[in-house]
Amino acid sequence: MQELIISGSPHAHTTDTVNRRMWNVVIALLPSLGVALWVFGLSALWVTLVAVGACMATEWLIERYLFHRPCTLSNGSALITGLLLAFNLPNILPWWMVVIGAVVAIGIGKMSFGGLGCNIWNPALVGRVFLLLSFPAAMTTWDSAVNSGFIQAAHTGASGVDASTGATLLATLKSHGHVVDSSSVDWLTLGLGDMNGSLGEVGSIAILLGLAWMLITRVITWHIPVSVLGSAALLSWATGANPGIELLAGGLMLGAVFMATDYVTSPMTHWGQIIYGVLIGVLTIIIRRWGAYPEGVSFAILLGNSVTPLINKYCRPRRFGMRKIRKEAKA
Amino acid sequence: MKKYTFRMGGIHPPQHKSTADSPIQQGPVAPLLTLLLSQSIGAPSKPLVKPGDKVVAGQPVAEPGGFVSSWIHSPCCGTVKKLERVRTPQGYPVDAITIERDPEGTESFSFPPLDPSTASSEELVQRVREAGIVGLGGATFPTFIKLTPPPGTKPECVILNGAECEPYLTCDDRLMREHAAEIAEGAYCLMRSVGVRYCYIGIEANKPEAIAAMKQAAEKYQGMKVCVLRTKYPQGGEKQLIAAIMGREVPSGALPVAVGAIVDNVATAYAVQQAVVLGKPLTGRVLTVTGEGALNPGNYYVELGTPLTMIMQADERVNKVIGGGPMMGKAMSNLDTPSTKGLSGVLTMCLDSTPDIQPCIRCAACYSACPMGLEPMLLARQAENGDWEYAAQSGVMDCIECGSCAYTCPSNRRLLDWIRYSKTQVRKLK
Repeated sequence: MQELIISGSPHAHTTDTVNRRMWNVVIALLPSLGVALWVFGLSALWVTLVAVGACMATEWLIERYLFHRPCTLSNGSALITGLLLAFNLPNILPWWMVVIGAVVAIGIGKMSFGGLGCNIWNPALVGRVFLLLSFPAAMTTWDSAVNSGFIQAAHTGASGVDASTGATLLATLKSHGHVVDSSSVDWLTLGLGDMNGSLGEVGSIAILLGLAWMLITRVITWHIPVSVLGSAALLSWATGANPGIELLAGGLMLGAVFMATDYVTSPMTHWGQIIYGVLIGVLTIIIRRWGAYPEGVSFAILLGNSVTPLINKYCRPRRFGMRKIRKEAKA
Repeated sequence: MKKYTFRMGGIHPPQHKSTADSPIQQGPVAPLLTLLLSQSIGAPSKPLVKPGDKVVAGQPVAEPGGFVSSWIHSPCCGTVKKLERVRTPQGYPVDAITIERDPEGTESFSFPPLDPSTASSEELVQRVREAGIVGLGGATFPTFIKLTPPPGTKPECVILNGAECEPYLTCDDRLMREHAAEIAEGAYCLMRSVGVRYCYIGIEANKPEAIAAMKQAAEKYQGMKVCVLRTKYPQGGEKQLIAAIMGREVPSGALPVAVGAIVDNVATAYAVQQAVVLGKPLTGRVLTVTGEGALNPGNYYVELGTPLTMIMQADERVNKVIGGGPMMGKAMSNLDTPSTKGLSGVLTMCLDSTPDIQPCIRCAACYSACPMGLEPMLLARQAENGDWEYAAQSGVMDCIECGSCAYTCPSNRRLLDWIRYSKTQVRKLK
């Protein structure tokens, strides 16, 4: 017998690890990456590679030379941030802007708070919003070679859309007050994602495949995606827009499935997650309908992240044996 | 068939009940028995013998050192060798009586048998106390105290805990299969001693043979019923068991009897039956020797005070030995120590490496696992920050230390270590 190890109980441990969870998210992102390659071609690959490479390099440099901590790249979290950042960018964004976004995402969004588990906001969205505010033109210029006009036929009085520079469906919708003749919408194209937009947001069916994978592998629960999508659909329906188009066009699906569900920046309890999800869904539609931007998911999620500590403070689990006490106190 | 379970939290660790099919065997006969004087929660017992005294099997050798304390009896005939300080398996010093066995000795001491159906409640409780019976599930709380509920409470039923939700352990399973009638009679003694009409025997669904045996045995007694429990850890936690069977939650800080339940382990019920019907004091117990490094896996009836080195033979790879199960058992640093009333198993482990501790990613797995509705991640963080008052407010004292949080943490954080530390600090606040 060898020298005995002593430690506190429990002495058994699940086989689940942070790495398993992170790599399952990466797997869940692959269908969306496939759609991006199919719709945008090789340019999507370049943006993705630059974003991922810059994110991982930034994390490595900061861990190595500022924190003097062991390399943390193997946990896959920097890879996910890179992928998600790329998924939030247009395919024709200049490479140096992608690098800036990645450095901001990892450097400011994540490492400045202390690294994995410490950040307040979703790092990829911090990077994207930084780019959107710094380079608004580049971030809203879309590839003219990509299908952007299929909705116009469905659109009542579709005119004034500059097809030569490309436009996203939501931008087109915004300019027409979100009123669409839904009978002529090509739902299949919308679902598959053959349209203009950020890399990862176009393929809704692919995103749902990723969601299914994450639910099957128990990486996430249904609470956040369902409450985000449900509340957004309900509010857009109540305000006269077409909920189907609001869900399928733009980044709502990507945000609800991959961005809002980030563990670190979302609430802990299921009730808290539902409140957070509804908040994001409602804010998204409000920004889209009445705000200055055609797209509001990024802002909505960052605002949702901001109130997460507050939600955690008030939405705590029901403690065992506490309901009884309250009843007795009343009696 | 209805399966009872508790609703909040819980985990499903792999069962590893590989010793479930090995019958209870007589354990090793040690020439030298060391009886620790702290066999139960509370004050250590006070020795009644001095070196050189002759003792017979079953003779009391130590009396309770306080209200919460227990009698200790010699398991064999022999001579008291010495009274000395030894170390517990965890390395703490404790007083002990060493008895050298007289292999020729056949004399034995026993109490006059009682008839459980006619004996008075006081007689039965007194017998449980004198026989040195403590909770054999591992908590070693003196059983007679549970049987004398504080004034103002009204017990409604006895719940026998046969859940055995700890992975690896099979001693209760075997005891129920082989001694179902005795356990049922012991349950009847417990019902009579607290004056209740109902007894529920909770057994996890992964022990079908034990369920069948206990069902048959329970038929003899009115008001006794076997409740099949879903296999989920910590189903055998006292509060979880009551919630599963009665649908009532023991209020924070209260005793189970506050909701009308008296919970005892099936092994305790067996010991009670032996003490009442046969007059035998508690001088041994069934324990499981298991784990991947055990050369003699199985279930053994072991006399108190038998050295661990005789109870289990471990192979060379073993680098961790647990007293009890993997979830709540204690790691041992010292194997030259004897078995006690609370030792339900010896688990040997061969660990390759301990996985790294990673940062908390706030995945809330511990929230979902906690059967007490606590926030383990928050409690651990409060402990790291030394914020004891906030920890007390967050309910750290409600923690039952089941280890579900630390088991389930994907970052392998030592949540329960922090929470335990927090509990000791919060106790100091008062």
